[in-house]
Amino acid sequence: MPEAEVSKLGVEVKATIMDREAVRRALFRIAHEIIEHNQGVDNLALVGIRRRGVPLAARLKEIIKEIEGRDVPMGILDITLYRDDLSSRLEQPLVRSTAVPFTLDEIKVILVDDVLYTGRTIRAALDALMDLGRPQSIQLAVLVDRGHRELPIRADYVGKNVPTSRREVVAVRLDEFDGEDAVVIEEYGVLGGEVS
Amino acid sequence: MASIKRKDILSLREMDLAEMELILDTAESLREIIDRPIKKVPTLRGKSIITFFHEASTRTRTSFEMAAKYMSADTASIAASTSALVKGESLKDTALTLQAMGADCIVMRHGVSGSCHFLSRLVDAKVINAGDGTHEHPTQGLLDMYTIRKHKGHLDGLKIVIVGDVLHSRVARSDIWGLTKAGAEVSIAGPATLLPEGMREVGVKSHIHLEEALPGADVVYVLRLQRERQSKGLLPSLREYARLYCVNARRLSLAKPDALLMHPGPMNRGVEISSEVADGAQSLIVEQVTSGVAVRMAILYLLLGGASE
Amino acid sequence: MTLLVKNGWLLDPASGQITQGDVLCRDGSIVAIGPDAAATAPDCGAPVEVLDAAGMLVTPGLIDMHVHLREPGFEYKEEIATGARAAAIGGFTTIACMPNTSPVLDNAAMIAFVRDRAAQQAIVNVLPIGSVTKNLAGNEMAEIGDMVQAGAIGFSDDGKPVWNGEIMRNALLYASMYDRPILTHSEEPYLAEDGQMHLGAWSGVFGLRGIPAAAEAAMIARDCMLAELTKGKLHICHVSTELSLSAINWARSRGVEVTCEVTPHHLVLTDKLVGDSGYDTNTKVNPPLRATTDVAAMVEGLRCGAIEVIASDHAPHSFDDKDVEYNYAANGIIGLETTLPIILTHLVHAGKVDLATVIRAMTLAPAKVLGLERKGRLAPGMDADLTVIDLDATWRIDSAKFASKSRNTPFAGWEVQGLAVATVVAGRVIQRAGQICV
Repeated sequence: MPEAEVSKLGVEVKATIMDREAVRRALFRIAHEIIEHNQGVDNLALVGIRRRGVPLAARLKEIIKEIEGRDVPMGILDITLYRDDLSSRLEQPLVRSTAVPFTLDEIKVILVDDVLYTGRTIRAALDALMDLGRPQSIQLAVLVDRGHRELPIRADYVGKNVPTSRREVVAVRLDEFDGEDAVVIEEYGVLGGEVS
Repeated sequence: MASIKRKDILSLREMDLAEMELILDTAESLREIIDRPIKKVPTLRGKSIITFFHEASTRTRTSFEMAAKYMSADTASIAASTSALVKGESLKDTALTLQAMGADCIVMRHGVSGSCHFLSRLVDAKVINAGDGTHEHPTQGLLDMYTIRKHKGHLDGLKIVIVGDVLHSRVARSDIWGLTKAGAEVSIAGPATLLPEGMREVGVKSHIHLEEALPGADVVYVLRLQRERQSKGLLPSLREYARLYCVNARRLSLAKPDALLMHPGPMNRGVEISSEVADGAQSLIVEQVTSGVAVRMAILYLLLGGASE
Repeated sequence: MTLLVKNGWLLDPASGQITQGDVLCRDGSIVAIGPDAAATAPDCGAPVEVLDAAGMLVTPGLIDMHVHLREPGFEYKEEIATGARAAAIGGFTTIACMPNTSPVLDNAAMIAFVRDRAAQQAIVNVLPIGSVTKNLAGNEMAEIGDMVQAGAIGFSDDGKPVWNGEIMRNALLYASMYDRPILTHSEEPYLAEDGQMHLGAWSGVFGLRGIPAAAEAAMIARDCMLAELTKGKLHICHVSTELSLSAINWARSRGVEVTCEVTPHHLVLTDKLVGDSGYDTNTKVNPPLRATTDVAAMVEGLRCGAIEVIASDHAPHSFDDKDVEYNYAANGIIGLETTLPIILTHLVHAGKVDLATVIRAMTLAPAKVLGLERKGRLAPGMDADLTVIDLDATWRIDSAKFASKSRNTPFAGWEVQGLAVATVVAGRVIQRAGQICV
């Protein structure tokens, strides 16, 4: 289930589990792992899942360029239209654009997202990718895996495994959106703020 | 999150700018689906959309059907000539029948102004006005706004001239409402017998002479002239109309050099618009059609994609 | 049968004065009026029914001279009996009914039919209006003389204009022989053809074909000129525009004698309501709801006396006649049960027109137009038709409770102030507290 956008009322930061340096090192390691596992960057493409998967994918692209000296194509995927929970939501999420300006055929796609939780976002992303073409393979890179899978989905590259309870929210903050790089755990506080 | 605050899309005059912009932004995101090799997303799977065209139309009806199918919805279509309406079944009974069949959404075009308001009161299904009498054609207004915004980057401050039979044009009315709410300056031009009263009260200037209306225009929007206007005594002849009001290269050059040329279609080439400009570099007439599908996909998504209340 | 209406605020439209007192009625006529009316009249031993009107306004019985009762032919919309009950609830003691029935009231037999039907079934006075032309076709004059003898009170082709000027001229001349008025629905038919609402800024916005004020005013001017030519008795029905009133005033400045009436909806509602109500067909009426300036002109015309009469143009239509797309809906608004409260709330209580003027417009003025010498005034010798009004009662119009068969009113649900708490016809209390009691 994609992260609920919890209102700031009634949410408190319980712990910071990754700081700026930790995020940077994790991304560095993931980039190396991707290159190693795929024996180079031939036929590779990065696809960031909106919203926070996009800057993460962009950063991985930069790091891979530093390491291998090669440009890996990058696309942006909005999975709103493929969500399985649309008809049960009262307020509709905004659809943003999808831009994958290259063919996916024969390509090894690295899907990039910030947090892997129930697995439903990735399921939607897989359906969306299949409608865009026929990749040779799809691998998944996430910054945080917080467990509690509801579908048989697993990540190939993980920044950090973080065991959590369902009451908690794992929030990835990135410079591009939030003005800082960190991974924090928030919990619904005593004010009893409701999740929409 | 922004949302459509209403059950139906009946008129742009009743919508606020935020709702219209939400539709345009969503259309922007959905536009690329039309260019994909597999033009399908599963979002509206299981929803049923019925197009009910009491007045004949190929292009609008097909546009809605394509939009629905690209979103995986099921569609069915009723055309007036073959429907029970001709046999004398009232609109009211037809509507209740469609609802009883489980329609989630009815897209209706009808010759009487206000008939979509009437339909909306009768059924729980979402109602989309595909043109009611001479009142409004909101999805056309929205696709025109989308097309202009795509090329000019914004709508406010633009000078837009609508040329032709504004009196009988529901397209013109929707364009006027949508564009003025977005901050554009709209004026109309045509013979006095084809311009409605009271335009000044809504901030729209009227011109009798095309040569006075066009200078400085960012968009020239040409309306279709129907042949029956001559038989109703509003015009002496189509030939005279063409001589005085046909938008051709010479007249179009009076507008800004980068002015956009638009037309809701279908065109009467040689009457209200010359082939030279219709097929020329400034013409967005074909692109309007594609915009139409994207805008209609956005509307269907926003009306049907969420929970039903 | 003796009726004593006690202790009311008595308004005599002839003087415009309000005095406190009683009204004593015997055998269908008013015999005495004043603070101690019971004492002034000779006692003839008959039982006295007493109607306590303390704190209430007592006026001559209200007269609505423009009502459609739909019988014969359209009984599914209204009947003489039900229309009369609606009138009684609304405080009206006399109504004049238009001839556009099926068959049309264009001969003595039909006039007699209405009179007989009313005598048997109507609890208020019903005065039939005959048609000007045979079958309302506008081609030949109907048997006006014969209809007068059968009891027709006036003549009209209402619903349609008498568009042939020569026929209108002859009708005015002919009817004047019997001192009966021609009541015109003045409308130039081609200008008004296919029109759905008033032609103005709003018709352009709402996308409905508009009827220009000129369609009404031009025909009024013609009718007034023919009245000048023939010296006939002309009464203009449902005036609705400032332009029309100007035409009437101009004709009067030339010495033409012409009277006119206005409906409650043309005094209160505007054309913008058509779209604002979501194309509610209860706003569809002919003449259509007009612009704000026209409504203001009608109110001012009533206030200063240029418009003498308020008449409802009670036009019942069934649910199916109205529950269709706007263009296909029938024209018309019912009014017998809403006229008094709407007029009191939006003109009198709103401070726009004083009470005496408004009551006069619904009593003495229509009585004069129709030549009813014993109605419309509170004086000894007049018919004992009375309306007792609670000026202060506030309530909400509930069309589901109407006595009329039809429900087509745009005033449904309106909060109003003012109510007819009793209606007396020929000395008999026929309506009390909203209930028919005969």
